[in-house]
Amino acid sequence: MKTIKFAVDSDGIAIATVDVADKPMNVITPEFMDDIAEVAERIRNDDKVKGAVITSGKSSFMAGADLKEMVATFDQRTDAAEVYAWCRKLQQAYRKVETCGKPVAAAINGTALGGGLELALACHYRVVGNDPKTKLGQPEVQIGLMPGAGGTQRLLRLMGIEPTLRLTTEGTHVTPEKALELGFVNEVVEPGREIEAAKAWVMRGEDATPAWDQKGFKVPGGAGLMNPRAIQTQMVGTALLQKATNHNYPAPIAIMSAVYEGSVLPMDTALDVESKYFTQLLMHPSSRNMTRTLFLNKGAADKLARRPEGPAKKPVAKLGILGAGMMGAGVAYVSAYAGIEVVLLDMSAENAEKGKDYSRGLLQKRIDRGKMSADKAADILERIHTTDDYSKLKGCDLVIEAVFEDRKIKADVTAKTEAVIAADAIFASNTSTLPITGLAEASGRPDQFIGIHFFSPVDKMPLVEIIVGEKTGDVAIAQALDYVQQIRKTPIVVNDSRGFYTSRVFGTYSKEGITMLSEGVNPALIENMAKQAGMAVGPLAVTDEVSLELSYHVMEQTRKGLGADYKPSVADDVITKFVKELGRTGKKSGKGFYDYPQGAKKHLWSGLSDHYPQTAEQPTPAEVRKRLLYIQSIETVRCMDEGVVTHPADADIGSIFGWGFPPYTGGTISFIETEGLEHFVAEADRLAATYGDRFAVPASLRVMAEKGETFYGSIGAKSKRSAA
Amino acid sequence: MTDAFIYDHVRSPRGRGRPNGSLHEVTPIDLASQVLASLRDRSELDTSKLDDVIMGCVSPVGEQGSVISRTAVLNAGYDQSVPGKQLNRFCASGLEAVNTAAAQIMSGQSDLTVGGGIECMSRVPMGSDSGAMHADPAIAYKLYFAPQGIGADLIASLNGFSREDVDAYAVESQRRAAHAWDSGYFKNSVIPIKDHIGQTLLDKDEHLRPGTSMEDLAGLKAAFEMMGDQAGFDAVALQKYPELESINHVHTGGNSSGIVDGAAAVLLGTREIGNSLGLKPRARIVGFSSIGTDPTIMLTGPVPSAEKVLRRCGMTTRDIDLFELNEAFASVVMLFMKKLDIPHDKINVNGGAIAMGHPLGATGTMILGTVLDELERRDLNTALVNLCIGGGMGTATIIERV
Repeated sequence: MKTIKFAVDSDGIAIATVDVADKPMNVITPEFMDDIAEVAERIRNDDKVKGAVITSGKSSFMAGADLKEMVATFDQRTDAAEVYAWCRKLQQAYRKVETCGKPVAAAINGTALGGGLELALACHYRVVGNDPKTKLGQPEVQIGLMPGAGGTQRLLRLMGIEPTLRLTTEGTHVTPEKALELGFVNEVVEPGREIEAAKAWVMRGEDATPAWDQKGFKVPGGAGLMNPRAIQTQMVGTALLQKATNHNYPAPIAIMSAVYEGSVLPMDTALDVESKYFTQLLMHPSSRNMTRTLFLNKGAADKLARRPEGPAKKPVAKLGILGAGMMGAGVAYVSAYAGIEVVLLDMSAENAEKGKDYSRGLLQKRIDRGKMSADKAADILERIHTTDDYSKLKGCDLVIEAVFEDRKIKADVTAKTEAVIAADAIFASNTSTLPITGLAEASGRPDQFIGIHFFSPVDKMPLVEIIVGEKTGDVAIAQALDYVQQIRKTPIVVNDSRGFYTSRVFGTYSKEGITMLSEGVNPALIENMAKQAGMAVGPLAVTDEVSLELSYHVMEQTRKGLGADYKPSVADDVITKFVKELGRTGKKSGKGFYDYPQGAKKHLWSGLSDHYPQTAEQPTPAEVRKRLLYIQSIETVRCMDEGVVTHPADADIGSIFGWGFPPYTGGTISFIETEGLEHFVAEADRLAATYGDRFAVPASLRVMAEKGETFYGSIGAKSKRSAA
Repeated sequence: MTDAFIYDHVRSPRGRGRPNGSLHEVTPIDLASQVLASLRDRSELDTSKLDDVIMGCVSPVGEQGSVISRTAVLNAGYDQSVPGKQLNRFCASGLEAVNTAAAQIMSGQSDLTVGGGIECMSRVPMGSDSGAMHADPAIAYKLYFAPQGIGADLIASLNGFSREDVDAYAVESQRRAAHAWDSGYFKNSVIPIKDHIGQTLLDKDEHLRPGTSMEDLAGLKAAFEMMGDQAGFDAVALQKYPELESINHVHTGGNSSGIVDGAAAVLLGTREIGNSLGLKPRARIVGFSSIGTDPTIMLTGPVPSAEKVLRRCGMTTRDIDLFELNEAFASVVMLFMKKLDIPHDKINVNGGAIAMGHPLGATGTMILGTVLDELERRDLNTALVNLCIGGGMGTATIIERV
């Protein structure tokens, strides 16, 4: 066996140690599936073996499946029977362990997730080392899947319906202590003593028939539709699940169904049902989309997949931040938190201190919640040095400006900064609207000038958009990326353009919503369908939140910047009307598209229908949803055509983590692949004919559709275009 | 086609559906049996002539399980040749039982039948039988299931019925029911229910709150707000009705039907058997229809079921003298009046379930009887009886006096 060491000790106890070569953590490989089945055979057939302990040769117990193979499964296998057979393999191997007839205990010496935890659940007894860092859970739902190796059925039989659903439909993990309390591990011991304790249990020679294979077994807490508690859990649970998923995510409901149906079945039949639900999920595009974007591609981005290879790795030791407003304050916090010395500069030291107050507030919350010691918080705060003196920026490896979105002001601070920082230091702008190439004109060293675009609130938003100007050099790109990795955020790299990638595409979303309002579409329908499509906030609400005034300002700036090239839109007129005529400037002022009554929930402004009377014939909900999603994907393709985004993975990651494009789609590009290119083009043609040129299909997309190509299928060719 | 005639009907009074209800000590089988016995005794009926006894029951489990109508036939001392069957069309079960009993006659397969209903909600709570519709996750998910109270509030929200509107409806229901009781309109049809030693336990609907005012109702808490908000059902309903920004929760215990215990039965037969038994027909079943509608809003069946039965019978709403629509929730009746342009003084003229209660399986039978009595009292001719139904259905029946 390649992945499991098998040895029988003098007491006749077999110790099976999982140790998958060349992997930092044990993952489920095809060899492992064969090996674990063989382990079960050996335990059963070797008369010298009285029982067994299964453990890991690594510092953690075992992670789950090899996700690259999962993604391939979606793209390659379309026959349900074949997928079913494939996903039964591991589950049935585990079942062999469970039914080998001799006591088997798991010695869980560290994190056990997904298929790893399921291996432990298939043992008759579970001992886990008491390390609070050890994570135990079934996170499959987060990538659109479910436990498929008996997890749903064994947790159900150990804990009952409700706790099983909580663990598996949310995909959260728990500590060893909590697992003991929940009842899915049997014993928590001092770390390092797991095998000893597991062996001690095996030596007791207890009945090796699992409780659920014995006559009269009942699921804890009751099951079936004559059990009032089970009914309540399922009825309310299903509603809450719909509220949370908007019918976009098939995994949580598949898990609920597998648990519900399995709860009244004998184990082997229940496992069959689990596999059938798992098969459906594996064949559903959402699991491919989520696995590919949220796990594989995000993982690659976090490892700086787009970093130029040449420049040496250089972490930022000292960071300068210009402007202690909301963005600057947020950047200061995340940077100091990551151990970087921060110089936070504003017009006055007093303003800069105000910016530091933001960190004080956030850290105090962490202390209050018991998540951080006061000492550690004090250390972080000590790293933030506030000033109004540019000379203090001396020694900074990187300076990020987050001042007002005005070219003159930005040019001024650029010059003042470059006067004091070292010749090899990088200067970055956190602008979200002004092209980097233009801003770099104010720099004496434009090759060291780059855009580092954060999202608000900085401490919560996981994405950073790196913007490469015309003259930006590889060193600046590499070091900006190194910095993003330092602060543990996910970078994408885009080329310069107005609004770059994220703001530009997101703008089409809010504008489409506003356009529909002006057409006489019921605003509740617009907002509800946006949310049903999976967007976090409706287009009207988000415009209020950003503030109509800011939208107006950006519009004016763009109009000035582009001159005759500016394409006015219907949404411009609406925004202008709200800001200039109606004085409804957004959430901050308490009135925009919504009213914000004090102490009550916001609601759509009743005056909307006076200005934009609803048409008698309303579009179907599906049409509203389609317009809101398609417009974003079409603009993304334009961004790729223009070379603003160079890789579909960046487009997908940016859309989900930057502005909350719905994760089940896999991102704006994966959404097109999910719809099918041919279908997408036909629908976009129809939308363009009905609503206007903004839906016009980019020629490149039409060609791809005609040739039967996909974005991810032609990555090689596309990535060569990379400017980054 | 043979005509089916109504010869008689009786009902129990409606007892509060709680442990302090006056009928709480009466088993469902006892309650059903007393009603059947009374129906027999009033007409001095030779029960061996009966072809079938069909009773509606919405939670036919436990005490109400195992075909309660057959058990009641035997317990009431009917001839053992009389079979019994139980059916379930949720809230219209009692009307559907009458329709089915009539259908057996109209099709020429029976001469004399009983249609009725039973529900002891204090003893077999609503939902006791469970079901895939709301509790199988895959099904509840696929159907966007939401409880009926959410549907009632959704109807109000979609139609702009305010809390004041629905409360005003409820006040009027209470006023009408109290007036009808005070005037003795129900006395010929409501029988006293007795205990084991022959003492009367209840002879009047006890859920009524005569004199209920707008102020009284204004103080009540919206009954389905928490369920909508915290259990996620508002979100589910809005996923189906995205044209609404939010659901306005206007229904309370005061403007929704009461939970009660009760049973009722109707005697139906051909003209010939009536003649041979010396019975006088009181009304004819003109026609009946059932229909399915959106299960999420659930309670919008009455309008299409009324339209369907009117169409089948070649009639319009103008041909109907009195309407009786179960007051499951105020908004259900208000929607019906709005959509079909029915004046309030032609519908539920003696109040309804908001005042007197809604014993699920029995209500359809009860309101059919109530409206027949009222046609006679007013010397009018036709009535349309109608109920909204769980799962998104409607059942309607037209009767005319003979």
